[in-house]
Amino acid sequence: MLEIRNLQVSVDSKPILRGLDLTVKAGEVHAIMGPNGSGKSTLAQVLAGRETFRVTGGEVRYQGRDLLSLAPEERAREGLFLAFQYPVEIPGVSNVYLLKAALNNIRRHRGLPELDAIEFLSLIKQKMKWMDMSDDLLYRSVNEGFSGGEKKRNEILQMALLEPTLAILDETDSGLDIDALQIVAGGINALRSPERAMILVTHYQRLLNYVVPDVIHVLSQGRIVKSGGKELALELEQHGYSALGDAPIKGNMIANGGLAL
Amino acid sequence: MTEQASSLNELIADEYRHGFVTDLEVDTVPPGLTEDTIRLISARKNEPEFMLEWRLKAFRHWLTMTEPTWSTAHYPPIDYQNIIYYSAPKSLKDRPKSLDDIDPALLRTYEKLGVPLKEREMLAGVAVDAVFDSVSVGTTFKEKLSELGIIFGSFSDAVREHPDLVQQYLGSVVPYTDNFFATLNSAVFSDGSFCYIPPGVRCPMELSTYFRINAKDTGQFERTLIIADRGAYVSYLEGCTAPMRDENQLHAAVVELVALDNARIKYSTVQNWYPGDKEGKGGIYNFVTKRGDCRGANSHISWTQVETGSAITWKYPSCILRGDNAIGEFHSVALTNNRQKADTGSKMIHIGRNTRSTIVSKGISAGYGQNAYRGLVKVLKSAEGARNYTQCDSLLLGDQSGAHTFPYIEVKNPTARVEHEASTSRIGEDQLFYCRQRGISAEDAVSMIVNGFCKDVFKELPMEFAVEAQKLMSVSLEGSVG
Repeated sequence: MLEIRNLQVSVDSKPILRGLDLTVKAGEVHAIMGPNGSGKSTLAQVLAGRETFRVTGGEVRYQGRDLLSLAPEERAREGLFLAFQYPVEIPGVSNVYLLKAALNNIRRHRGLPELDAIEFLSLIKQKMKWMDMSDDLLYRSVNEGFSGGEKKRNEILQMALLEPTLAILDETDSGLDIDALQIVAGGINALRSPERAMILVTHYQRLLNYVVPDVIHVLSQGRIVKSGGKELALELEQHGYSALGDAPIKGNMIANGGLAL
Repeated sequence: MTEQASSLNELIADEYRHGFVTDLEVDTVPPGLTEDTIRLISARKNEPEFMLEWRLKAFRHWLTMTEPTWSTAHYPPIDYQNIIYYSAPKSLKDRPKSLDDIDPALLRTYEKLGVPLKEREMLAGVAVDAVFDSVSVGTTFKEKLSELGIIFGSFSDAVREHPDLVQQYLGSVVPYTDNFFATLNSAVFSDGSFCYIPPGVRCPMELSTYFRINAKDTGQFERTLIIADRGAYVSYLEGCTAPMRDENQLHAAVVELVALDNARIKYSTVQNWYPGDKEGKGGIYNFVTKRGDCRGANSHISWTQVETGSAITWKYPSCILRGDNAIGEFHSVALTNNRQKADTGSKMIHIGRNTRSTIVSKGISAGYGQNAYRGLVKVLKSAEGARNYTQCDSLLLGDQSGAHTFPYIEVKNPTARVEHEASTSRIGEDQLFYCRQRGISAEDAVSMIVNGFCKDVFKELPMEFAVEAQKLMSVSLEGSVG
């Protein structure tokens, strides 16, 4: 579904990703871990099409197409979804308005009929119930005055609504208390399916107790330096990222193209 | 950072959809301004003597005045001797007796603008007075309104048919000595709308004036006077457009509103004069004086304006809250794109006891647009228990636009309560990216964000107008994200 080859990205001519390789197949859940500044969030944003970042080399194929040539909204309509680390506030635009516009744009692209207000409301209310969110969040401005937990739940709600093919979750666990984390993790697990791939970007292993990934990758200085099964997360938890260092695991990294197992 | 800004800037390009010219034979006076010009205008309009005298007093006073320069919008000096002060389609020289007699070319112009003048084709509920350059070309539903005693039609007709009312109220809110542009208007005003609602009558439909500048090198100086007698109610809409031309054209209008005891006037404007091109060439100078007098107790005047057009907009729709418990409101959205400039706001003068006023101003600046809010809240000693709430928000798109706020507050009564809130925000790349990541195109995202920002003001507009205003915002911002 997703094939990243030798991806190089820089910001203000400072290289952030330096030759990253990653292959994700339908139905798989990959976790990308790594210390602050390793390039995790950059990867998530570049895949979604953020223009602040400049791709200086490599290629990304998504469902056989050149992902990097698509505008952000085209990627979204093709089923790529990013759950933001810091969901932005949009004053005066009600949540329900944004959600309906998003869903109908994507449905139109897929050749499905658009939902009218009544159909949409019954759908979204059902999904909100499932995410344990109160209806009044629909009529408030997008993310404005939402608590940290509400913002993150709102992201997962959007994912459930838009039913993406590839979901990238950028630090969705950060800033959540344990109850909220369980709800969010429950939402993610429920959306796992053989047709859908997910990439979880996370700093801590905590989320991975609830959402068990198929593959874990460790990102350091813009490259995947180690890949492994779920036990890798525990190893990192015990020894920290520094134990991985840069030098000792280089061989592992390029040889298998970042695709472990 | 500059890369981001430029992508936003591309989105803010603009397309003006009313820029066509109607080819008509016209009756104009030569350019230039002397007492003779004024006598000529007055004669063309068969005005009674008092009107000519008033014009001449204004003109003589104007000669002693100097053009103000304190606005944030600077412009090259205007040559007042090079303006044509009167232009009318020739076919109207012998005024058409009914709407059926109007020149079809004129009717087509208004149809093209979406202002149907044939009553049977009109949406019921809106009566229109159409002003083309210097004259009113027709008023719809005139007879139906007159059954209720409502007078609605061109100012010229009112001067001839209701001279007592005109004499009583003209200049009673904006005197001919008021300011440079209002005084010029008093001397040379050509036409406009007049409206009188008798005591206790609730006007059953929206009244509307549609102003169109067509002729070249012409100034449009219209004058509107609305009187709501005791307990009357009227909602009034004003729309404006002009062809695209390379030269700047002056539009110096005056609007006077009078609300007597328990009367209410709701005045809404959607101003879409030609704004000039991307480089700032051409466009209308919209220098307008609008003022409402809440003369009676419990009277209520509200101004709602959506200003998207004009090269320069310079106006402060105001309320004089004279009667006890009078209410004044001002709700404004001003959008400046490309090289447009707006210096706008409101004045609320509290004189009566327990008078209340609200100012909500939303400024949006895109491209190189500059937007200034300038407002005065003045509470006189007599205004026991006066209250004002002002909210003033600015939204910036791109990194070349500007927003400025100049609030003036003068309070002479210690029981008064005056609140002022202000904010400035920017449509961030991150807001835009968030929407696009959800499958919404960049243009739709900008218009969604801008409309969200304006929501508090749009909800004050009559429904049809609100829809129109939202569309207008999208068009004016077209091309502003790339």
